[in-house]
Amino acid sequence: MDPLALTLIELGAVVFCLGLLGRLAGRIGMSPIPLYLLGGLFFGAGGIVKLEGMQEFAHLSSEIGVILLLLMLGLEYTAAELVTGLRRSWQAGVLDLVLNFLPGALLAVLLGWGVVGAMVMGGVTYISSSGIAAKVITDLGRIGNRETPVVLSILVFEDLAMAVYLPVLTATLAGVSFVVGLQTVGISLAVVTVVLLVALRHGHHVSKAVHSENSEVFLLNLLGAALLVAGLASALQVSAAVGAFMLGIAISGATAHSATRILEPLRDLFAAIFFVVFGLNTDPSTIPPVLGWALLLAFVTALTKMITGIWAAKRAGIGRAGRFRAGAALIARGEFSIVIAGLAVASGVVPQELAALATAYVLIMAVTGPLAARFVEPVVAMMRRPAKPPAVRTADGV
Amino acid sequence: MNVDETDLPGLGRRKDFMTASGRRIGVVEYREGQTELIVSTWDDPDTCQASIPLTADEAAALGNLLGGQRLAMQLSEAHREIPGIVTRQFSIGPGSPFHNQPMGKARIRTRSGASIVAIMREGEVLPSPGPDVVLHAGDLLVAVGTQEGLDTAAGILRNG
Repeated sequence: MDPLALTLIELGAVVFCLGLLGRLAGRIGMSPIPLYLLGGLFFGAGGIVKLEGMQEFAHLSSEIGVILLLLMLGLEYTAAELVTGLRRSWQAGVLDLVLNFLPGALLAVLLGWGVVGAMVMGGVTYISSSGIAAKVITDLGRIGNRETPVVLSILVFEDLAMAVYLPVLTATLAGVSFVVGLQTVGISLAVVTVVLLVALRHGHHVSKAVHSENSEVFLLNLLGAALLVAGLASALQVSAAVGAFMLGIAISGATAHSATRILEPLRDLFAAIFFVVFGLNTDPSTIPPVLGWALLLAFVTALTKMITGIWAAKRAGIGRAGRFRAGAALIARGEFSIVIAGLAVASGVVPQELAALATAYVLIMAVTGPLAARFVEPVVAMMRRPAKPPAVRTADGV
Repeated sequence: MNVDETDLPGLGRRKDFMTASGRRIGVVEYREGQTELIVSTWDDPDTCQASIPLTADEAAALGNLLGGQRLAMQLSEAHREIPGIVTRQFSIGPGSPFHNQPMGKARIRTRSGASIVAIMREGEVLPSPGPDVVLHAGDLLVAVGTQEGLDTAAGILRNG
């Protein structure tokens, strides 16, 4: 067959299947990410059907998917929100970081994946899925709840932590020496600070440079700027994703809102391809051996997120039920765990089992997270009720 | 009144307060401009029982109703001395014959003996409106008069 025809047919079939999976996910009210991953596993290396014609396109698309995911993560919060969030909730943020980074890192060391593996798995278990969390909070009608700002400010802190973590991860994956690594950390911290300051003081200039009333021009400006910045960052060894993320932070105000709206469909498409490609590159036969570890890790890190949420909500003076809701809302891991694992796999310095473990872990967490958020309320209510109802006394006291 | 304002990063702002009966009530203002009325459950002020999305018109109308109630209570208090005088509120719907018409056209005082003492519009009070004030849908008219006079006024506002 003509290679172009083959590519188009394969691509069409994959995107169409993704549409079906997305619809199925919507029908049962879950995040589509685990289904996309499963779809990728099904098609890819060692899977049932082999796709070869679309590899080149899929590879580039998944890179763009990561850039768009990070750009929109940066757009999600304004610089002012990031700064106030950092000031107000850094204690909870640090607790979150320590409690949730350690389990992944420890397991990686235990499995003999070394410092690099620990760095990657720590990131995978640390970062909650802000996408899933926000959707769960909205769907369950909890936006007006008192614990919601607590949850959101922890997500904001994680957002900032990513800005420091990703450059460090990239440096570690590139296998640079300790001194160079420290330099990278220093540079990335300085860049984050400068970007935040610029966004706070002169964010409107950056916004003005990309903004346009014409949605077509605006889209092209945004996408062009994102790819340019990502490419430049990549050339400077800072990771393309971080560049896009910084651009997202620098764009602020009304421009950021319209940018989010305009980029959403594009992000959905390319991110879906990214998840599929990640699944494609993971051999499904590597998953069963790590499934036990993935379950254990899922259990432990569900617990640690729960503790984080409960502690943070308690500090904010929120009652029992609200504390548990806050913890459960944070459990879901998703897109950014896969982004981190994807960066690691692409560098080729981590073992294949890491991709398998990350896939299995995210599959579990992306499904159980929303379920936990939904069912934590009745469970807590049941716990509150006394085990035995008090004996009913008759009217005359006999 | 102590209204709490809380940032909801990525979403907007929440403004609420605790009522004397122990329930939290307020609004969530989204970045995109929507408004939601929130009310907590009776047993847990942290939990929302209802979040009701309101359009700009609906929010203004609700503001009028609540503000109008207070104005009406104050007026009833003032007229308590005079037997037979009551206060009532009339809202102008989009289908009212006086929508976008000057109030003088309805000739309410001449025809019913009741007086319109104030108009509530978008949460603001227009005291002692003259005949030139143009009525709009969503306006709440506060009228004072006898029971029969107010019934007549209601008929005029509804049917022209």
